[in-house]
Amino acid sequence: MIEAVGLTKRYGAKAAVYNLSFQVRPGAVTGFLGPNGAGKSTTMRMILGLDTPTAGTVTIGGRPYRQTPNAPRQVGALLDAKAVHGGRSARNHLLSLAQLSGIPARRVDEVLGVVGLQDVARKRSKGFSLGMGQRLGIAAALLGDPQVLLFDEPVNGLDPEGILWVRNLMKQLAAEGRTVFVSSHLMSEMALTADHLIVIGRGQLLSDMSVKEFISANSADFARVRTPDTEPALREKLSSALSGAGGQVVPEPDGALRVMGLPLPQISELAHGADVRLWELSPHQASLEEAYMRMTQGAVDYRSTADQKAGLMQQPQPGFGPPPQIPEVPQQGWYAPPAPQPGANPYLGGQGPAAPPAAPPAAAAPPAAPPAAPADLTKPEDAR
Amino acid sequence: MTTPYQQQGTPAATYSSPIPVRKAHLGDALASEWTKIRSVRSTMWTLGVMAVLMLGIGILAAVTVSAADADLEGEPVLFLGFFGVLLGSLCVMTLGVLTIASEYGTGMIRTTLTACPSRSRVLTAKAIVYFLLVFTVTFVLTLVVAALQVAILDTGAAPTTEDWVRATFAVSLYVALLGLLSLALGSLIRHSAGAITVMIGLVLLPLVMAMFMYAESLRTVQESLLEYSIPSQLGVLYDNSVAESGPQGWEPVWIMLGVTAVALGGAYAALNSRDV
Repeated sequence: MIEAVGLTKRYGAKAAVYNLSFQVRPGAVTGFLGPNGAGKSTTMRMILGLDTPTAGTVTIGGRPYRQTPNAPRQVGALLDAKAVHGGRSARNHLLSLAQLSGIPARRVDEVLGVVGLQDVARKRSKGFSLGMGQRLGIAAALLGDPQVLLFDEPVNGLDPEGILWVRNLMKQLAAEGRTVFVSSHLMSEMALTADHLIVIGRGQLLSDMSVKEFISANSADFARVRTPDTEPALREKLSSALSGAGGQVVPEPDGALRVMGLPLPQISELAHGADVRLWELSPHQASLEEAYMRMTQGAVDYRSTADQKAGLMQQPQPGFGPPPQIPEVPQQGWYAPPAPQPGANPYLGGQGPAAPPAAPPAAAAPPAAPPAAPADLTKPEDAR
Repeated sequence: MTTPYQQQGTPAATYSSPIPVRKAHLGDALASEWTKIRSVRSTMWTLGVMAVLMLGIGILAAVTVSAADADLEGEPVLFLGFFGVLLGSLCVMTLGVLTIASEYGTGMIRTTLTACPSRSRVLTAKAIVYFLLVFTVTFVLTLVVAALQVAILDTGAAPTTEDWVRATFAVSLYVALLGLLSLALGSLIRHSAGAITVMIGLVLLPLVMAMFMYAESLRTVQESLLEYSIPSQLGVLYDNSVAESGPQGWEPVWIMLGVTAVALGGAYAALNSRDV
């Protein structure tokens, strides 16, 4: 079991990980999710005693990693697939690690078979593809047949078959009673692999719950209702009828209505009762990906003012800015379920009670990306 | 977030490996480092170049002197090995730095320190393996070169045992310590090119600086720079009679031992306290 308590790591003014507390239990695959630069790898390095936490502790089986007896037999880790000397053959790489850990040399050939690299075992790892490198890293993690396994982005660079293999391997390892801790920035991957999710953003804990709970808590169903464009009055009529029946109605920029809290047949009945014709009545389910994006974007929003002051913090890595929902704006169905306060939807335009259209996203966008944000904001207005 | 895992049921029996667990020790780390150093090409290349340089230059010098029929009066024959060793030591410094800095360059150091959380053990194993490797290679090469030179230059005054020991054993010790110093610097600087540059600077800079110190007031500085520069100290091991001041006899070895010990101590302290 891995247990972190108040884990904090600062690099100068920047807190890569801040006050992170979680537990990773045996017998389950625990996904560790967060956007790039959220602090996943830093946390993994602290778990392995490679980086020293600024504050807080992290233990494996009750002890810090560096004080664990026979550590490589207890814990195996894949941190970085490229962290091998390119001039050394796969077999010699694993052999040196096996010797260092006091593991019999024949175990090397076993794990090479497990990851399917036996044919290239004597080739220099410089020529390996990223996928082969990942397999070599997984082999190194499995070498000690350990009880606790850490994988940092194990599916990066793998082909679909490889991804399936990793997925099944993780599940199998967990079923054997091991602790499996897998980091990823792909929610879709984790939804298939993990039993439990720990989500961090900007180094802080956002969510710690089982995948089932995460799904029920975050995926809101809604119906999209479209009235004839030619008669705006019908829309107002239907909107008030639905609201009166207890539904939550949010107008969408292209004139459709998003209805939550009412089943489809009831919406149809209400429309019929109000004598409103419908052009569209369709069910929609927000994906976990959308829920995850909203969650992590919330973390960005939450700390954006502090960012602007710190100067260096704003863009640790490219692609760190607001989630890439922007190109999908003109299409339908791009919406994540609305954030709790309806007024915050910037696309309400004049209809929303208190919505200066551009204000919230402009504040949220990091200052380093000003050309992107205004351009995107104009799109829905054009569409209207 | 309050009660995670309430649906997990009974906590599964934790896994225990069927492979017998035994405590790893320094011997395991030595075996591992030996595997590492023998399985990369840079080892073969640098040591191969070193062998070629030492043998080639050593024999060439002896043949040239022999052909010119030059008078070696006062000069011990074994001194001819000096030039080869001086150039060969560049290879030793390069490989010493690469042995540890390449692990930082590739990120392999994280894998290594995950497999062996005792960082001192890793550095100790690296130091022992590299020191013994360089010492053995240099000792064999200096012996061969010295024997060839004595055979080619059939002069009257045969070198004494003391000369032999100093020109082979002491020189090998000095070169191996130089390699260890490079390894320590590589560990401190963690960057191959940077550490190699520093090491070459350490060898050449005192000589170059001394060249430009014409001022009378700097005379003593210039002299000590010349006397304590690494090439001069290496020369002292071959020929005791040249210098009136500065290191004498085996002193260069002890000086290098002290410097290397300090650098290695710093490397241990840094490795144990730094993030990798």
